[in-house]
Amino acid sequence: MFVAATPRSISPEAIRMLKLKSILYRKIILKIIYSAGAGHTGGSLSCVDILNVLYNHVMNISPENLSLVNRDHYIHSKGHSVEALYAVLADKGFYPKELLDTVEQYGSDFIGHPTRSVPGIEQNTGALGHGLSVSVGMALASKLDGLGYRVFTILGDGELTEGSVWEASASAANFHLDNLVVIIDRNTLQITGRTEQVMAMEPLEDKFLAFGYSVRRVNGNDVAEMAALFEDLPFEPGKPNLVLAHTIKGKGISFMEDKSEWHHRVPNDAEYAAALLELDQAEKALETEYEH
Amino acid sequence: MSIDTLPIGSTNLDIFAQTLMELAANDRDILVITSDSRESGRVTPFGNKFPQQIVELGIAEQNMVGVSAGLASAGKVVFIVSPACFLTARALEQIKNDVAYSDQPVKLIGISAGVSYGALGTTHHSLHDFAVLQAINNIDIVAPADNFETRQTILAAIHYPRPIYIRFGKKAMPNLHSPDAHFKIGKAIQLTPQLDNYDLVFIATGETVAPAYLASQILSEKGITCCVLSLHSIRPFDEAAVRQAAMSSRVVITVEEHSVNGGLGSRVASFLMQSSIFRPLRIVGIPDEHTITGSQVEIFNHYGISPQALSQTALQLLDKEADKCALPGRFSS
Repeated sequence: MFVAATPRSISPEAIRMLKLKSILYRKIILKIIYSAGAGHTGGSLSCVDILNVLYNHVMNISPENLSLVNRDHYIHSKGHSVEALYAVLADKGFYPKELLDTVEQYGSDFIGHPTRSVPGIEQNTGALGHGLSVSVGMALASKLDGLGYRVFTILGDGELTEGSVWEASASAANFHLDNLVVIIDRNTLQITGRTEQVMAMEPLEDKFLAFGYSVRRVNGNDVAEMAALFEDLPFEPGKPNLVLAHTIKGKGISFMEDKSEWHHRVPNDAEYAAALLELDQAEKALETEYEH
Repeated sequence: MSIDTLPIGSTNLDIFAQTLMELAANDRDILVITSDSRESGRVTPFGNKFPQQIVELGIAEQNMVGVSAGLASAGKVVFIVSPACFLTARALEQIKNDVAYSDQPVKLIGISAGVSYGALGTTHHSLHDFAVLQAINNIDIVAPADNFETRQTILAAIHYPRPIYIRFGKKAMPNLHSPDAHFKIGKAIQLTPQLDNYDLVFIATGETVAPAYLASQILSEKGITCCVLSLHSIRPFDEAAVRQAAMSSRVVITVEEHSVNGGLGSRVASFLMQSSIFRPLRIVGIPDEHTITGSQVEIFNHYGISPQALSQTALQLLDKEADKCALPGRFSS
């Protein structure tokens, strides 16, 4: 039987390490986007704390067990925020960090959306409303084979208007996939503006409950809160898990936060320098916080 | 002469379902995926015998294809059994991204393809599937003509390393091949005796191979020599067989249960032109118009996909070609 690698408790030092990772990942994300001259800045910064907690605290995935079926799996359904995933996978040793210099370069495997050509990425995504169905299939295979491995997927909140998300949700509950963990990056912005103004989808929690999920809300930029929440998986036996992760688009860089213009804007030289300065200050503040 | 003059076998779909049942008994990883389509896909007995190996996804084709990609990524041998019209249109983006682009070796079985649903109308016809799938990289396309080709295709599909789309009609099909015929996905089968030269070649696929073959019988009674190719694989496309047949024939006629745009005929025409093989050519299929109401055979007859009509088309094309050949220096390749 599959045993998840999740410890039952997390120390203050482990939380501090996660917070430092988040800062590191934000620096890598900005460097990728600044160097490539393209990328989804806001969405990568909103979901990176979730990826951080999943890869460093929750999921049993590593370069060493990648070829096994009986391990946790991750599908990046909101494929446009690939820079966040590239940063985390590089840090976890799935490929040399130097390869990030090739993102979106001619002939590179590191394109602007996830592909299986990159070690650690399990499915090509980028068109929205696809990742949840694929995750349902993987979680169903786990159940059919009696293995019990888990499948995690992050969806954007703008993605929720795709009808296929709801087809997939019906099937997740129909097959009682309590080994499926669906996380919504609820940053309330999409390229045009507020998600609720583009297409009103609230009350989301009620919709997900009605579709048969066990729903939890969390601050999706708070690594400690998420680390604690994911220790409760599965939330209810026999029901797929849904985490409404409330996040801030552009999180971590003051002038990018909660602004739809940073959906895929690339920082100029001055903005890049200012962003790095903010992250350096956050890093120092974290060190000071724990010294006292 | 009609198709009924040939010994009739089963529907290709029944042979598909029987073959899969044989294989599933020894391979627990084989899964059948349906969209409320197990009865029309003839897989109800499969589901009764292997209840753990059939997954019902309801009438939700997009999710069905995405789920199938996920199952295949976890090592399952996945056969989607769903009406061709919905599978290849409604779920086209999932086929493109989740299956073909992601290189998940799902087997997509398009049932009741072409105009098999007859008078149910255009919503239920799939006259676009060759066209759209040919424009998507990394998915092979097979339309078996008879029970032999069907069984061989399924045997080959089990361990096929790439995504594959296999298309079946609903009608009981005549057996066209001897049991010892050689079958390989991507290799056309010649149904007529090998000659050095022919008056014409019919290149047909799926359920139109039988009328093309019967047309060749009518023509041979008139002393016209024919080559008939069953080009079951639209992709991989058998360039060698098409080149050889066209080079040794005066005219070429393609026949398909598909739009005349973007299917077998377009593929053959493109290949021949780019290979500098210039032959008078007719693409027989469903023309670019609202399809006439009727049964499959009535629709076939309406659009000239019958032994008699095909033999007439052949005679007219040969006459035209003879006129042009009377002019010196033309068509000398």
